[in-house]
Amino acid sequence: MAEIIIKNLRKDFGNFTAVQSSTFKIEDGEFFMLLGPSGCGKTTTLRMIAGLELPTSGEIYIDGEEVGQKPASERDIAFVFQMFALYPHMNVRKNISYPLVSQGFSRAQVRAKVAEVARILGIEDILNRPVGGLSGGDRQRVALGRAIVRNPKAFMMDEPLGALDAEFRERMAEELRALHDRMRATTVYVTHDQLEAMQMGDKIVVMNHGVIEQFGTPQDIYDKPATMFVADFIGSPAMNFLKFRGSVERGATTISLGGVSHGVPEMREPRDGDLVFGVRPEHVRLVDAGEYRGKVRATEYLGTTQIVTLDTSNGPLKARIGAEQPARVGETVGIEFNAATVTLFDSQSGQALRSDLNEGVIGHG
Amino acid sequence: MSGYSITEPSRRQKWVAGTLVVLYALITIMPLIWIITTGFKSPVDSISYPPKVLFEPSLEGYVNLFTTRTRVSPEQLAQLPPPKRWYEEIVRNRDMVIAGPSRYGERFMNSVIIGFGSTFLSVFLGTLAAYAFSRFKVPLKDDLLFFILSTRMMPPIAVAIPIFLMFRKLGLSDTHLGMILLYTAVNISLAVWLLKGFIDEIPREYEEAALIDGYTRFQAFYKVVLPQAATGIASTAIFCLIFAWNEYAFAVLLTSGTAQTAPPFIPTIIGVGGQDWPAVAAGATLFLLPVMIFTIFLRKHLLRGITFGAVRK
Repeated sequence: MAEIIIKNLRKDFGNFTAVQSSTFKIEDGEFFMLLGPSGCGKTTTLRMIAGLELPTSGEIYIDGEEVGQKPASERDIAFVFQMFALYPHMNVRKNISYPLVSQGFSRAQVRAKVAEVARILGIEDILNRPVGGLSGGDRQRVALGRAIVRNPKAFMMDEPLGALDAEFRERMAEELRALHDRMRATTVYVTHDQLEAMQMGDKIVVMNHGVIEQFGTPQDIYDKPATMFVADFIGSPAMNFLKFRGSVERGATTISLGGVSHGVPEMREPRDGDLVFGVRPEHVRLVDAGEYRGKVRATEYLGTTQIVTLDTSNGPLKARIGAEQPARVGETVGIEFNAATVTLFDSQSGQALRSDLNEGVIGHG
Repeated sequence: MSGYSITEPSRRQKWVAGTLVVLYALITIMPLIWIITTGFKSPVDSISYPPKVLFEPSLEGYVNLFTTRTRVSPEQLAQLPPPKRWYEEIVRNRDMVIAGPSRYGERFMNSVIIGFGSTFLSVFLGTLAAYAFSRFKVPLKDDLLFFILSTRMMPPIAVAIPIFLMFRKLGLSDTHLGMILLYTAVNISLAVWLLKGFIDEIPREYEEAALIDGYTRFQAFYKVVLPQAATGIASTAIFCLIFAWNEYAFAVLLTSGTAQTAPPFIPTIIGVGGQDWPAVAAGATLFLLPVMIFTIFLRKHLLRGITFGAVRK
């Protein structure tokens, strides 16, 4: 197993820059998520780590060795494709043994290793079946088997659950995470599904337009977003953005929104102009009194909670509150925010302003 | 079930459709049946009028196809020892003796060598080129592909004279190599285009998986891509073989002796000892067999190959 270091990695396709100067580090044994919308460069980054694309510039270190310009076959990593890419003309056993055959293992060794992998994945009974007739889940397991059989330095997974139906996804996600916890193998996992990333990842890199927006643990990324893009992309419903014009001083603990003073984490940088007040729906409370008010536009019942959409003087706002709380459409209610969780953004750049909350977590400034 | 259904044609419709298909099949297969039966007729039966549908089968056509014969007088014939083999007897019944083998076997072998040789070369080069066009960034790719296709935009025979002169200069006239190269040149555009279509349909992930699994690009190509392109390769091979096997005009023009193929040879049988239609028919029948066997052998692939790629999944 190995740590992976990415330095100033860049990839151009003609005039299009797919990845712009990415730098991050994947610790040994980490389950690492590359998250972002389609076309953000996450798959290109993964393919460069795997050696399926060569970087335009920058370095990739796997286990201390610079491999940026080496072919995939010399990097000793495994790759699980979204469509699994099982060799259709071979049965399950041959598919799993294929990476071993290229390394020149003896027949007995191959048999033993394949048997062990099949036992771990619970696919011993389908070893001699052709891959054509397998269910999605079994194909996924065979693809995993082919990846883990030769004990590579790291695993690359490109949306491996993307081809499965919703019910199965959940189960395979658990299986994958359990498998990782058992093998402790460095894993780089690409997904556009923020829930999947939060649920399985130790660390997440959020990418957009070829640029890394934020890098950190799921908790940090959720609670302390570095940019409006991250705040919007992670969480469902997304973070609320209330636009306002104003100024904040260094050391300020309140701001004025709609003529009402609201508490914020102690600010570490001053800013003046168009700002955005960011708060997650679960940190919004509806109260009877309260100076800051909004009108209930809609409610969505979700069982234990409900999502209430309100119109405020600073734009629409969603609140996640207990399902038992009354909220009637058309009613005007008071709104309060959990001050410690608020993030202020610069409206122009979309960057979060540094405060007590996110100091040391967000990279810029 | 009575009543109208969109998916299931009625019994009457099926019957009408079936009859039409059978009728059409009979009409198209008639010349073929006529050739095959003529091969087993005696020369007299083969030219009788009205044509004979029922006749006494004879192998005379086949014997004449493979032999050259000399006419002898009845007195000389009587002096000869009795015929040892059945075919000697057939020939003697016509007051002739076998002088030696004909050239049909040789010409047939030339057809096999040139036909299969050029098919192999077309498919081999075509697969490599198609793979490169399908997978790699080739400068001026679209122009090159168009150029390759454009070589088939006029009938090949239109350039017969330049080719004839070129072959004479290069010493390729009447050689196996020359004919193999010529048929390959004609077939290669078809092969590249057909095979590119097939290879485009094979997801790149298979090769990438093989690359990751520790194989080189070439190993990935022949261990993973080739088996999956088998269908395309088989159908391409059939199309190439059919062209090279049946080609007549260039064969007449460029071959006369050592490398002459069967198509220009078969008509020359007519001149030897009268109009020997059964021998011509026998030659044509035997000539049909290799392509037929090859096609039947690859039939499953061919059917899939023709429809492959027609429907996007």
